[in-house]
Amino acid sequence: MPTLTYLQAISAALRDELRADPNVILMGEDIGVFGGAFKVTDGFVDEFGTDRVMDTPLAESGIIGTAIGAAVVGMRPVCEMQFSDFISCGFDQLVNVAGKMHYRQGLAVPITVRLPSGGGFSGGPFHSQNPEAWFMHSPGIKVVAPSTAADAKGLLHAAIRDPNPVCYMEHKHLYRRVKDEVPSGVFETPFSARVAQPGSDLVVIAYGAMVPMALEAVSDGLDGASVEVLDLRSLVPLDEEAILDSVERCSKVVIVDEANATCAAGAQVAALIAEKGFESLDGPVVRVAAPDVPIPFSPPLEAAVLPGVDRLREACRELLAY
Amino acid sequence: MATHTAEPAAGGAAAAEHLTLEDRIWLLRAMLLMRGLEERAMTLYRQGKVPGSFYDGYGQEAVSAGAAFAMGPQDRLCILHRDLAAHLIRGVTPSRILSQYMGRAAGITGGRDGNVHFGDRKLGCVGMVSMLPDMMLVATGMAMAFKLRGERRCAMTWFGDGSTSRGDFHEAMNWAGVQKLPVIFVLENNQYAYSTPVDKQYAVDPVERAAAYGFVGVTVDGNDAEAMFEAARGARERALAGEGPTLIEAVTMRMHGHAAHDDMKYVPKEQVEEWRKRDPIERQENRLRVLGVDIDALRASIKAEIDAAAEEALAGPMPDPATAVDGVFCTGEAEPLGDGQAPWSGFSGGNA
Repeated sequence: MPTLTYLQAISAALRDELRADPNVILMGEDIGVFGGAFKVTDGFVDEFGTDRVMDTPLAESGIIGTAIGAAVVGMRPVCEMQFSDFISCGFDQLVNVAGKMHYRQGLAVPITVRLPSGGGFSGGPFHSQNPEAWFMHSPGIKVVAPSTAADAKGLLHAAIRDPNPVCYMEHKHLYRRVKDEVPSGVFETPFSARVAQPGSDLVVIAYGAMVPMALEAVSDGLDGASVEVLDLRSLVPLDEEAILDSVERCSKVVIVDEANATCAAGAQVAALIAEKGFESLDGPVVRVAAPDVPIPFSPPLEAAVLPGVDRLREACRELLAY
Repeated sequence: MATHTAEPAAGGAAAAEHLTLEDRIWLLRAMLLMRGLEERAMTLYRQGKVPGSFYDGYGQEAVSAGAAFAMGPQDRLCILHRDLAAHLIRGVTPSRILSQYMGRAAGITGGRDGNVHFGDRKLGCVGMVSMLPDMMLVATGMAMAFKLRGERRCAMTWFGDGSTSRGDFHEAMNWAGVQKLPVIFVLENNQYAYSTPVDKQYAVDPVERAAAYGFVGVTVDGNDAEAMFEAARGARERALAGEGPTLIEAVTMRMHGHAAHDDMKYVPKEQVEEWRKRDPIERQENRLRVLGVDIDALRASIKAEIDAAAEEALAGPMPDPATAVDGVFCTGEAEPLGDGQAPWSGFSGGNA
């Protein structure tokens, strides 16, 4: 099995889909000749041409809106937002046109929107956001967020083959840092959670870049405690069964979001546990998330805002002692 | 690229060149059916049978009837809320439309959305959303797919004068111009966006902007169904020949308020009176009457059709509340839009 970086796995999935289905097209800013701001589509135009790896005008509403039009006449567009932050300019098309289409008219909109997200590199307030919760709150849109290279590939295959709009959150910090074995060829990873590390005393629930962070935080066993790490992988649909199962087995829960805390994915997970997992709890549900501020630019400020290993370890220790 | 104004004569002999007598009657039928259905819906609204508000296209019937009539079965349409005739031409039945207005199960959206917020996907149409003109980009994307696949078909969408102020207008016009796409933009200039007149909407007539985006813009008398048909037919020919988009500015007047609650007191009475003399239905009737068409018989048959449709729609059930959470996601295969009805004789070899 080949070892790929998270970024190589995304590229591989896109390449496999372009080869497998002539209806798949990639659309985005600077993705063609330049190969994309992060080089995900580097060299693609040589194999697939500029029609299928399309450099679009600089217009995010245009990218999403035209992708919807192409999708309803049989194409499978994969849109790249250069940074997930720019989806705010395409928000209306995604939420009002794509998200509501099937409910209103029974018309499927099979588009995938790739959203390079997250901070940790001094990107500042407009290149560091984690906007997944915007779309969790908008009916009709699926949201997935891989944390490993294998899932980056399998979830992207599944997203492109899904008949619905899918927001694919790819974390920029993982692009070249995460590397693991990835099966060759097309395989679809289900939109469900996975136990990244089994345990029985406490579960850390995370997704995206917070999964490797959590694994690092608990790698020394936290004073001998048995800590589980649950990787959500999919936020819509949310794997309620897997979450409640972990809560039942571990009885103590820390939920981590890199996103701003209020109404984040983790807030929804906490609400779910309060509603359906209360009887299993042996302590308060603890959340670790970015405070409700824009993500600042300067390294010490950014580090003060983004959840990291030390904050998570402290939160786990406190809860274990409860 | 030149922006030009269609000759006024285009609505007469020149336009009829591509229309058989049967086609010209079809145009009148579509307009009469639209007006009759909307009048019936307004009555139902006043009787409390249409929830929410009600929007109509009284006086603008020629814009949708004429333009949609030029579109082929495999073309795709994104239709606006004052363009009911386009739905009728594509083949949506009157009883389903009245069911739609009343939020009944048999409506095109089954009660999921109201009034003219619908498109029958099986007839090649995508329903509008309230954020205007979002569908300009959707139509542009359809055209992009047609061009990528080398298909001889085009997309058409309608939007209003207010829409020309929004960013999606610019993004769609620019995108379509850059990629030279087979899309027809019909700007339905009815002088008012809700209560805001056009002189507060733009400093330059928006048809002039077509040239700035690199394609043809034409101004047409939007109260002349045959002129609208001719402009759309020409635009479609250009689109299929690979000559790119066309902006058709249909100059018309919104003769009723924005919606049923709006008494339109912000519009000068003389303006309404002036436009009343240019009623698109009267105009088409006058043309056909001199050719011996029995207008009274046509009107009677349409009234009977609407009566039957209303009876059928009123007998239909409301949607089951237990289904309110169904269908948010597609759980089967994605099925693309189907082909619509296209009654113009030109498509059956009669008068292309």
